Amino acid sequence: MKLNERSLASYATSGAPADRAGFLFQRAGRAAAYLRRWFVLRGNMLFYFEDAASREPAGVVILEGCTVELVEAAEEFAFAVRFAGARARAYELAAESQAALEGWVKALSRASFDYLRLVVRELERQLAAVRGPAPAPPARALPPAAPPPGPAPRENGRAAWSTAAPAAPGPAPPPPPPRRRASAPSAPAAFARLHESYGREVRALRSLWLRGRAQP
Amino acid sequence: MRYNEKELQALSRQPAELAAELGMRGPKKGSVVKRRLVKLVVNFLFYFRTDEAEPVGALLLEHCKVAQEEPSGFSISFVEDPERKYRFECHSEEQCQEWIGALRRASYEFMRRSLIFYRNEIQKVTGKDPLEQFGISEEARFQLSGLQPSSPSLGPGFPGRA
Repeated sequence: MKLNERSLASYATSGAPADRAGFLFQRAGRAAAYLRRWFVLRGNMLFYFEDAASREPAGVVILEGCTVELVEAAEEFAFAVRFAGARARAYELAAESQAALEGWVKALSRASFDYLRLVVRELERQLAAVRGPAPAPPARALPPAAPPPGPAPRENGRAAWSTAAPAAPGPAPPPPPPRRRASAPSAPAAFARLHESYGREVRALRSLWLRGRAQP
Repeated sequence: MRYNEKELQALSRQPAELAAELGMRGPKKGSVVKRRLVKLVVNFLFYFRTDEAEPVGALLLEHCKVAQEEPSGFSISFVEDPERKYRFECHSEEQCQEWIGALRRASYEFMRRSLIFYRNEIQKVTGKDPLEQFGISEEARFQLSGLQPSSPSLGPGFPGRA
């Protein structure tokens, strides 16, 4: 399968701070010795480098559909990242301390996109629940994790993004079913604005961070 | 770069956020349009020959730019090489907008920002941190405080080396 490896490598070494980084021991094969490698967790990707100064990752583990568990091994602080299926693959790793072991196991078990999406959807639901229905200002951007916009009416009136006239002449189509989350619409416009302002703040912070790194 | 290809193949068989048969053109100069079954699963865009079960390839959708391309198509390019574009042709403007929207929301980074946004908004309304129930409120990757431009140092909000 082709993969945009160049982009993947660039994502691995991009300027933004990683979610977690540190040395781990990795077992090359079942009976093989553990090799000390530099690991970088970014999003749902676990990259590993020959050493901390390497410019390109030696490899990556895509962390979707895996479980992370402690293992009984001669090696101390050992754990494994396991995948399901026939001839299932397992990455056998070991940390350098109990604290590092716990930190890595926690971080890796919550790294999947799936997990993050579940949390986001739950928070989206909670926000809608505490906010209650409200009139929506015009939304420039699409709401996160929501179905694509269409001329669907909300509880309080027309969908903000619909530019269709409310009373169109000629045969009108039957009204679409009401949206499941009627109170959600106030979120998208606010999200769009916040997204923009956080984006600016993040960019400012990144340049600060990069400058700070350049100094000895 | 080594990667767990078998798992990536298994991922390509998971339920998709969006899937359709589209015209696709690779980034190389002079590449021709081919019909591909294109499938969006988490932050990967898989593309299959229309009669095959295993994908021809996958694109990781991080640090990428999704742009509309006339007439009713879009392109995906990556920040390290913006001129290198993967082009897709839709059958309608509607389908095109649907894909552009979905692809822009598909990155892990977008999800993360959404989470930080919702967390902050809920905290403003209720005074409580909604992440506590998940036991992840202390995770550096979700800290809003780390995003303040006025802080002199980045503080605990940005992990570098663990």
